[in-house]
Order: sequence, then structure tokens, then C-alpha cells
Amino acid sequence: MVGMVRALDRKLLRDLWRLKGQALAIGAVMAVGLAMFVAYFSTFTSLQRTQERYYERHRFADVFASVKRAPLSLATRLAAIPGVAQVDVRVVADVTLDLPGQPAPATGRLVSVPVPRAPMLNDLFLRRGRWMDVGRPDEVLASEAFALANGLGPGSTIPALINGRRRHLQVVGIALSPEYVYTVRPGEVIIDDRRFGVLWMGRQALGAAFDMEGGFNDVVLALSPGASEPAVIGHVDVVLRPYGGFGAIPRRLQMSNWSLTNELAQLRGFGMLVPLIFLVVAAFLLNVVLSRIVSVQREQIAALKALGYSRLELGWHYAKWSLVVGVGASVAGVAGGAWMGRGIIAMYNDFFRFPELLYRMPAGVALAGLAISLVASVGGAMGAVHRAVRLPPAEAMRPEPPAMFTRSLVERVGLAHVLGPAARMVVRNLERQPVRSATSVLGVACSAALLVLGLFFLDAITEMLRVQFDLVQRQDVTVTFVEPRGDAAVHELRRLPGVLDVEATRTVQVRLHVAQRSRQLLITGLVDTPRLQRVVDIGGRVMALPPAGLVLSRSLAEALGVEAGGSVTVEVLEGRRRTVRVPVTAIVDEYLGLSAYMRLEALRTLLREGRLVSGAHLLIDAREEAALYRRLEAMPAVAGVSSTHAMVENFVRQMDETMGVMIGFNVLFASIIAFGVVYNAARLSLSERGRDLASLRVLGYTRVEISTMLLGELAVVVVLAIPVGLVIGYGLAALVIGLFETEMYRFPVAVAPRTYAAAAVVTMGAALVSGLVVRRQLDHLDLVGVLKTRE
Amino acid sequence: MASGVAADVVFRARGLTRTYLMGEVEVHALAGVDLDLVRSELLVLLGPSGSGKSTLLNILGGLDVPTAGEVVYRDHVLTTADDRALTRYRREHVGFVFQFYNLIPSLTARENVALVTEIAADPMTPEEALGLVGLAARLDHFPAQLSGGEQQRVAIARAIAKRPDVLLCDEPTGALDSVTGVLVLEAIDRVNRELGTTTVVITHNVVVAAMADRVITLADGRITSVRPNATRRPPRDLEW
Ligand SMILES: Nc1ncnc2c1ncn2[C@@H]1O[C@H](COP(=O)(O)OP(=O)(O)OP(=O)(O)O)[C@@H](O)[C@H]1O
Ligand SMILES: [Mg+2]
Repeated sequence: MVGMVRALDRKLLRDLWRLKGQALAIGAVMAVGLAMFVAYFSTFTSLQRTQERYYERHRFADVFASVKRAPLSLATRLAAIPGVAQVDVRVVADVTLDLPGQPAPATGRLVSVPVPRAPMLNDLFLRRGRWMDVGRPDEVLASEAFALANGLGPGSTIPALINGRRRHLQVVGIALSPEYVYTVRPGEVIIDDRRFGVLWMGRQALGAAFDMEGGFNDVVLALSPGASEPAVIGHVDVVLRPYGGFGAIPRRLQMSNWSLTNELAQLRGFGMLVPLIFLVVAAFLLNVVLSRIVSVQREQIAALKALGYSRLELGWHYAKWSLVVGVGASVAGVAGGAWMGRGIIAMYNDFFRFPELLYRMPAGVALAGLAISLVASVGGAMGAVHRAVRLPPAEAMRPEPPAMFTRSLVERVGLAHVLGPAARMVVRNLERQPVRSATSVLGVACSAALLVLGLFFLDAITEMLRVQFDLVQRQDVTVTFVEPRGDAAVHELRRLPGVLDVEATRTVQVRLHVAQRSRQLLITGLVDTPRLQRVVDIGGRVMALPPAGLVLSRSLAEALGVEAGGSVTVEVLEGRRRTVRVPVTAIVDEYLGLSAYMRLEALRTLLREGRLVSGAHLLIDAREEAALYRRLEAMPAVAGVSSTHAMVENFVRQMDETMGVMIGFNVLFASIIAFGVVYNAARLSLSERGRDLASLRVLGYTRVEISTMLLGELAVVVVLAIPVGLVIGYGLAALVIGLFETEMYRFPVAVAPRTYAAAAVVTMGAALVSGLVVRRQLDHLDLVGVLKTRE
Repeated sequence: MASGVAADVVFRARGLTRTYLMGEVEVHALAGVDLDLVRSELLVLLGPSGSGKSTLLNILGGLDVPTAGEVVYRDHVLTTADDRALTRYRREHVGFVFQFYNLIPSLTARENVALVTEIAADPMTPEEALGLVGLAARLDHFPAQLSGGEQQRVAIARAIAKRPDVLLCDEPTGALDSVTGVLVLEAIDRVNRELGTTTVVITHNVVVAAMADRVITLADGRITSVRPNATRRPPRDLEW
């Protein structure tokens, strides 16, 4: 007996060692796919767990409603609704904050809480500091994200304009609420923690500030188990309607929760598809490599069969090769995935505010990762192993017949004279084994495709920003009024310093219904031929609003299940609160949000109101920006001012932070794959052609000549593969974009030339490095050794 | 020996035909071979290149199946056996020496022999087997570090190490000088005599025929002569 390791296993170990470069390359590809899977899934489960626990512990409400002003006595009626377990009535108001050092004014959402502290729905988590004291009306708790973004802490002061009065709010603590895990300024889709924050204030103090001592304007409800949510919502609406109720919404559509849910769905979709693509590529590579190893070892296999090794033993022998790679890859992949997952979670920590967003790697995800990699490796090896064990043993008794060569196509069409002998060999070799050449091309193409996939997000975002801010929202500033006003207010704005152009808008809170589906949103009324805020589809075509009827964004139309030519029931949640059926005249493809547009006149007719406006879009002279903001802030009629520029800047920063991490990973991984694939292709042709090349060396060919033959083949493969890969990459991008689509936003399938160029360059770089590595091995070709034994 | 009773017949081959279809052309590697081999017999197969010697040996060894005809090894009908049965047959009964050695290049001499001893019922140690072919000093060398003749001797050690019932050797001395060739033939002869291994040796070397019990000559896929030797000459007396 030879030691403890069986001879066949020694062969395995030595083969693995000899092919360590290839094994490592395939393992890396697989590990990368797995790491992505593990990272996204562990992040997904961590987020989901955190969310569930947070909601439960802090009693996140089930139904949310706001109202203009209702008497406190209504709380008892709401509590009496069947299925309602608890009712908390509150005062909620958005005010302008005047933080030092900020060009555009910030918005603070004041939310009332009981002082002294008492149990409530959407209970707060107090991160730092203390609760407000009785009799100190200016004390507030600040939301953590806002506090961090603005460097606030207990002891800070926030100047605020509350109901026309200037107050200095004292921050006594930093808090978090399940209601504001994700906080966006009303009417915006992008987080801007510097310019929007939640401030919790004592019930008495806030009530007094807004003349709501005996009333409330916001209510949250918890349902008892088994209660019907639609029924409760219907009831709540009936109770609140006389007092100006804006329509109750279920937890599902509550802004913060809705965003979080969208994000989770996206993470899950992304967590499936992208790793799947990587794993398929890895399995494919494994198959290519193993089939080539098998074909190189066909005589050994035949000899082993002749010696009495069974199909099963040999199948297992070759399967082990891929299992070793698979196990190695899964260990690296799970570890790498956990590391990545931590990174992603840290990123989410800046985005979503939880008391603690813990990262946990569920055993299930790790095991699934292991299983997937083993299945991928065994699956990838299956065909090759099957071919190996099927070889008739009598083959062992004969040397491999010299391959059939014909004159290549290139030569047949009469180009022979332009090809030197080396080029002729390259072409013949590629043509002789079309399947093998095609798999090499496909493998390299895949890596180029993954690079495109990794990089194109930047293009998609750039394109989205271009359409959104160069074509749709061309205003520099959006002003919202506290109450709708006569259009004289617009003329007043025109006279402010630095204002170049003004366009009136009327937005109105509505709920749109189609059969059982409904969504609560704003209808935006625009002037007949808008210059600033326009309706533009994703192709950049400006759409003229039809004289009557609604234009819906595609995501809204899909959410409601309505098409152009159909109609929706508009339940107006303001003013006369009419409910009207309105035709949908057109659908517009947009990138951002759920939106509905109408002509200003048509909207006014629908509302049965006169020439009222609720806000305006301004084009301004940047030099007078600061002065303009000062004047706007001082206007009591103005509720909010938002700057497009600040929004874009903030969006880009946010995308850089979040997408930057993901894109970084994607590109790193795609490069690893590119290298893995190309290196494998090069190594394999070396091992297959080693004998031929050594023979040629013996016949007197130089190193340069034989390198040219081998690397020429590689070069042809890479050159053919790149265009194919770019096309596949575009296809994958389209596929992934589909998954990224949520009600909140969608991305264009835009791939910029620079992305294609980068993918091509990285692939060629990987080819160059692989070529150099193989070239070095070629230089050290052991002529005698290669010729003496037959592999 | 050639006239042994029926019970001693180890192999019975009848009407063996093996054709290869090479495009349009049919190559008749074997064209109707009838052959009986008896226990402990040492048979030498002669014949010109391409006459079908290796093909016949492969069929006897369960590596190949004839296009037509039947081969029976003791109570195993090889021609109807499935892959699994043939594997067992090879594993339990047959020792092979391939015309092209077919060593595993990633394994040392010792490990190449161990490949067989590890799956055999009553093997020699690899060291013993390699000692028999005079390679005791080269145990840990890889095939690439051995000469052609040395590789061939490793192949022979690998074949005899399991003490097979049947030893099939395809040109075992093809690459050897006469001194080493004799060494190798002695090992084969010893296994044949001491263990009663039924042995077939293919050779182009007519001198080798003298060590056989019977000499069969093939030409164009047919047996053209069967010549029993009155006495077997020990390999050490052979010279070429
Ligand atoms: N797999 C195969 N495909 C096609 N023809 C084959 C195959 N194997 C053998 N032959 C043909 O069958 C005939 C007999 O071959 P075989 O190998 O048995 O000859 P041999 O007597 O062993 O010759 P040598 O002394 O050269 O080894 C030859 O003509 C050979 O070309
Ligand atoms: Mg032969």
C-alpha cells in the first residue's frame, strides 16, 4: 500500500495542483457568484428581521389617516370601529426650519407625542438624551438621520417658523420611529436628510402652536387580530370625512414602509438574478474546463477502465475534481458574502433608520450557498464526467488518431496567400473544433457581458437624471403655498429678486380608484404649454397635455390596472371633496414615482374652483439665490421651498454612496470572471496543444513563432467574443432593469458607449495578462518531457 | 497441454469478427476467429502489423466487443456482458500490458502499480512487483523521468501485481534491449508457471515464440497457423 492516500486520489491531488491556476480561476468565478447571493440574501433577511422586530416592539400602526381638523371627541368614535384595537390621535405639521449654513430652507415635520412619556403606537426609540419635560414647550426630539446630517444633538437649537411665529426649538434627545425608517420630504422621492427631518414635540405645545388644543389632524390605528383592513379604512373615512379627512391608508402604502418593502423586494430580485448569472457562467466554465481535461486524459481514463476501475469510481474521481473547486468556492463565497453583506448593511444604515440594523448570516443562507455551489459544480461537471466514463476502454490501446484537418474557410475563399503558416494554423485550429471555439468565444463573451451589466447602472442613472432634470423638472425652485391662493400670488413671486420665469401649478391630494385598487397621491395641474415642469416620456418626447382628462405615469396606471381610454374615480381629499369619474386620456412612461397630470383649467373645473394655485415653479438667476430664499422664507403664505439643484446634488451623492458600493463589487467581480475565463481558455489550449507546439519547437520553430500560434488563437477568440459579449450585456441589463422597477422608480436601459468601451478594454486587459502568463509557461515548455509521455 | 480436457478451457472464442467502419470503407480487423485457450497456457500471437492481434487481445480482455461471434471466459459470456460485468471481469481476472504502456503520468511508478493492487483481492505489494521487473530502485519516479523501456516494465509490473488469472501482454518487449527484454519475459514466465496464469503475449519477435506452449499466427484478421511447441524454452535462453 502506498501511504494512506489511494493512488487515484493522489492523481486527483496532483491533477488539481497541476491545474491550480484553472481551478483557482473557476473557483473564483463561482465564489464571486456565491458571495453576491449570500451577501444580498443575508442582507435581505437581516433587513427583514430587523424591520419585523422593530415594527413589533415599537408597535407600528396598521392604518394611517390625516384630517384637516377634528375634535378630540372623535377619538372615541374611531376607537369604537369594529376591528380597531387602539387609536392615537396626534397633531402633525410641516414647518420651515431655518438652519444656519443652508442655502435652501429645510422642512421639519412636527409630530406630537405625549409628555410625560406614555405608551403609544409608533413608539419612539430614544437614542440619546431625554424625553421632553412638562412645561417646556420648545423642547423637541430630533430624528436621528436629520440630526446626524445637520450635526445636531441634545443641546442644539433649531430656529423654526411655526404658524407664522419664529421659535427656537431645543433639541433634548435623538429619536427614531418605525413610522420614519425612510424619510423623504413630502412630494419628493429622494431622501434628503439635511433638508427634511422629523421633530417630536409635546402634545400640548404643538396643539397650542396650531390651535389644535381640543383637536387633532392625524390619527394612527392598530387593528385587532383578524380585523378587515379595508372595512376599517372605509369606516375611518366615513368618520373623518366631515372634518376634512384625507383618506386613510393601510400600512402597506405608508411612505416609509412602502419604500422599505420596495427596497426589500428589489434586494431579493437582485439577490437572485445577478448571482444566478454568475453561477451559470461558473458552471459553464467548469464544464468547459472539465470536458477538456477529460478529453486530454481520455487515454488515462481508458487505461483505468481497462485496469478494472468502474464507471462509478471514475465518475466520482472526476466529479471530485469539481467538488473540491465547489467546496473551496463556497467557503470563500460565504465568507466573502458575509463580508460584503456587512458592507451593504452599513450602507443601508445610512438610508434606513433602525434602532439597530444588525447583520446576521442565517444558517439557511450559508447552507443554500453551499448547496448551490455544489449543484453548480456537479451540474457543470456532469456532461464531462459522463463523457469520461463512457469512453470505450479499447481506446486506451490506440494512440489518438491524428485529427482531421481540412483547408480552412479562410483559405478556401482564397485568402491563403495573405496568411502566414502560423496564421493558417490558428485559423485551421479554430475551424477544426467549431464547438470548442464557440464555447471559448461564449465564455469570454459572458465576461464582457457581466462587465457591461456591472457598469451600466451609472449610465442608467445618468440618463434618468438627464431626462428628469433637463427635460421634466427644469425649474430651479419649487414653491408650495400653505393654502391654495389666487393666481395673483404668482405675479407676486415674479417680482422677487432673481426670478426669471414663473409657472403656476395646482396640486391636489386625491385618491384614485379603479375597481378594488386605489392609490393616494397628488394630481399636478400644469399650464397649457409649460416651459418649466413638463410631461416628458422616457424617450425624451415632450407630451402636450390633452385639454381634458388625466395623464397617468405608467407605473401608476399599472398599479391601478387602467389603460389610456379607461377612466378612474377621483376622490378629492381637499376642499369640496368631490368624487368624480375622469377619463384617462394618455399614459406617459416616466422614471420617477406615481404621477398624474392634468391641465390647470381642467383640474380647476374638476375641483369646481376658480383661478387658484397651490404653488409655483421658478427659474432663477443663481447669483441671487440666497437673497431669494431669504425673501421666500419670510413670506407667511409659503410653506415650502425646494431647490432642484440641491435635490440633484443630493441624489447623485446618495447614488454614489449606495450604487458606488454595488457597482464596485460588480465590476470587481466581472473582472475576476473575465480573467478567469480568458486565463482558462489560454491554459486549456496550452495543455491541448503542448505536444504539437513542443514538436514544432523540436523541428526548429522559435518561441515567438509558437507563442504566436497559441496566442493568435486566443486573440481571435477575444476579438470575436467582445461584440457578442456587448450584445449579451445589453440583454442582461434589460433583464436586470426589469427587476429593478418598483412603483417608486424605474431605470432606463441605457448603456453608454464608454461602458461598452470599458467592458471591451477590461476583457482585452484580462486577455493580455492571461496571454503573458501562458506565454511564460510556453517559454518554459519542457520539450523532452512533453514528447516522452502521453497525457 | 494443448490437448487438455474441456474443463480446462479458459477461453472459448467462436466466429469472432470485428469490423470498423471508416467512412465508406469497412476494415475487417478480425474476420472469423475460432480459438480455445486452456488453463495455465502461455500463448504467443504473431502476425504482421494491422493483422488484428491487438483487436483479439482487447476482446479477450473485455475491453472491446466483437461485431459478431462469441467469447466465453470460464462461465462468463463476455460477448453479452454489460459494462459493469466486464469491469468486474477485468478487475478480478485480467492483467493487462498495453502496447503504449498507458501509465498515468501524474503518478509515480509505485503509485501506478498501486492503482491495481488497491483494487485487487490478493495482490503483491507494488515494491515486489516492481522488483520483479528490476525497477526496485525507481519506485518514486514519474513516467516522464523513466525511459521508454522502463515505462514498459512499470506497465508489466502493474499487470502482474494483482496475480491475475489471465495475463494479456501487447508487445511487452517492443521497446526493450534483449537483456531487459529477457528480464521482463522471465517475470511473465514466472507468473505463468507459479500462479498458473493463462497468458497471451503479442510480439513481432519470432524468437520470443520459443517460450510459448502454442504459437498462433494471424494475418488479415484470420488465424493462419497454430503451432504447439514441444518444449518451452526458458526466456533466459532466448537471445535476439
Ligand atoms: N478504432 C479503430 N478504428 C478503425 N480501425 C481500427 C480501429 N482499431 C483497429 N483498427 C484497424 O483494425 C486493424 C487491426 O488493428 P490491430 O490494432 O488489431 O492490429 P495489430 O495486429 O495489433 O497491429 P500492430 O502490430 O501494428 O499493433 C488495423 O487495420 C487497424 O487499422
Ligand atoms: Mg497492436
